[in-house]
Amino acid sequence: MKIAVCLKRVPDTTSKIVIAADRASIDEAGLKFIPNPYDEFALEAAIALKEKAGAGETVVIALGGDTVQETLRQGLAMGIDRAVHLQSAGSADALEVAKVLAAELKDGGYDLILFGKMAVDDYNHAAGPMVAELLELPCVTAAVKLEVANGALEAEREVEGGVEVLAASLPAVVTCDKGLNNPRLPALKGIMAAKKKPLEVKPVTLGAAQFSVTGLELPAERQAGRIVGEGPEAVAELVKLLRNEAKVI
Amino acid sequence: MNVLAVLEQRDGALRKVSHEVLAAARRLADASGGSVHALVLAGGDVTGLDQLGRFGADVVKVATHDAFTLGSPDGAATVAAAQSGYGAVVLAATAQGRDLAPRIAARLGAPVATDVTDLAADGGKVVVTRPVYAGRALQKATLGGAVAVISVRPNTFAPVESGKAGTREDVVVPAFTPRVTVKAIKKPEAAKLDVSEASVVVSGGRGLKEPQHFALLEELASAFGNAAVGASRAVVDAGWRDHGEQVGQTGKTVSPQLYIAVGISGAIQHLAGMRTAKTIVAINRDKDAPIFKVADYGVVGDLFEILPRLTEEVKKLKAGA
Ligand SMILES: Cc1cc2nc3c(=O)[nH]c(=O)nc-3n(C[C@H](O)[C@H](O)[C@H](O)COP(=O)(O)OP(=O)(O)OC[C@H]3O[C@@H](n4cnc5c(N)ncnc54)[C@H](O)[C@@H]3O)c2cc1C
Ligand SMILES: Nc1ncnc2c1ncn2[C@@H]1O[C@H](COP(=O)(O)O)[C@@H](O)[C@H]1O
Repeated sequence: MKIAVCLKRVPDTTSKIVIAADRASIDEAGLKFIPNPYDEFALEAAIALKEKAGAGETVVIALGGDTVQETLRQGLAMGIDRAVHLQSAGSADALEVAKVLAAELKDGGYDLILFGKMAVDDYNHAAGPMVAELLELPCVTAAVKLEVANGALEAEREVEGGVEVLAASLPAVVTCDKGLNNPRLPALKGIMAAKKKPLEVKPVTLGAAQFSVTGLELPAERQAGRIVGEGPEAVAELVKLLRNEAKVI
Repeated sequence: MNVLAVLEQRDGALRKVSHEVLAAARRLADASGGSVHALVLAGGDVTGLDQLGRFGADVVKVATHDAFTLGSPDGAATVAAAQSGYGAVVLAATAQGRDLAPRIAARLGAPVATDVTDLAADGGKVVVTRPVYAGRALQKATLGGAVAVISVRPNTFAPVESGKAGTREDVVVPAFTPRVTVKAIKKPEAAKLDVSEASVVVSGGRGLKEPQHFALLEELASAFGNAAVGASRAVVDAGWRDHGEQVGQTGKTVSPQLYIAVGISGAIQHLAGMRTAKTIVAINRDKDAPIFKVADYGVVGDLFEILPRLTEEVKKLKAGA
């Protein structure tokens, strides 16, 4: 089994967002960065599948500036065999990112290419299915269950009001959702080993984006409303307000 | 511009979000005197097609194929990408729409905007607003290129009655290779509304103390009728509720008309999933709980005393209404 994981470096989800002077991006000063949480499910799946197969290779791939190397090392520390840094200065839109990833993955001989369901910064949900389309591979998005055997996969994903069961043959693309597994924490041994694992740097050029960000702003703060009252006596008043003032019942 | 609205059906019934997708598509088309064509993929007959004109479809294109009974991502992408003459393709940001939108965009070489909460046409280009960084910031973007693909967040575009013709046309399904096949859709014993689609969501947290106490929320939800039960991560991680019900950063993002948080403290990751609800009600015994900072209406007290009374009042109101 040869498995690739596409990994994105994202700002920590608990950090406070500060809008940069350009009013279209965030101020990265002092921000903590982490591997995209959904990509950790992908990393875990890759490592576990290789362990189960007893043979093969796992590769983690990240596109971005030099800081992504730190994130790649975190994947290596979890147990991925080697890393590829697709080095680019600027940023791009979902399709241009997908094109660069697809170009790297195309002749890699991968049985499985794993992504996160979405990146928690841009919320696109796009890179995985786009890469699959560009490479004409089967794709399952937002998998919460994944089994691989005899050159085929079976997966489950949550849809509104149910769970879809899907099948495809390998090679295939799968994007991973919470619930797929519990990502392991890197052990000290893994962290030491990660420093010596191969990390290849490949400069890439991103095409022009058709999706251009023109602004970024903080959402209007929700005004704290009022305390209607205390205990069950307040319920009648609450229902009246919901009916007559908020007009939602 | 002309707009293609890709609608969703399940078991031969159009999903509620379809009328919202039409409303969003209509907004883009009306800005330039264009028309809206709805696209429905199905295995057989679909109920509700006759309503699509009323909710904004000039034309209703129906693609029928056996594979569309359970759904086929590859088939759907093939049919949608084969429709030409559109400046925008609009879908719902549901499990299906989030899967399909990037596939269509990749086939068309088009930009994609996911989970859009506001949109407009500006000089032939689509301009969108969408939450990023787990709802902690709003991004504005312009989609260049000949066609833009957009998925709209459920419950954010109100259906609009615009009385269009809704003329039915059957479209040819081009040959396609089903790279993935949907083998089954497992459904819970009792059909339930999804939190991301319901217009009322009643969510419970650790304050409910024990899993069986969620029955109190189920009763409140059924008193409303159009409500779904949601949950905080704390109770999902404890195994009390399914992950599909989790609201928040690592769960679902919901924008219902009414969100009632019961025994939920209001952690920032929970707020990420529900802060765009129209009206928020909090029931918590701790008057300093952070949930009260975002709630429009709060009731301080013991949820075990408050919930039964609330259910009773809602029932009364519904019986009278
Ligand atoms: C990376 C990350 C992602 C996360 N993602 C999510 C997410 O998607 N969704 C999410 O919800 N959380 C998420 N969390 C967890 C979040 O930080 C909180 O831990 C969680 O939301 C707390 O759940 P809770 O409000 O049910 O429990 P608690 O914080 O324990 O709150 C229980 C509340 O119940 C009240 N209460 C107790 N008894 C009663 C009573 N009898 N009557 C009335 N009120 C009562 C208490 O006053 C308290 O306010 C995430 C955390 C991290 C680190
Ligand atoms: N710059 C990147 N480098 C590597 N993988 C990425 C990058 N951006 C996105 N991905 C992958 O694509 C998934 C979906 O991202 P997105 O489409 O941005 O929501 C992520 O979970 C990653 O697996």
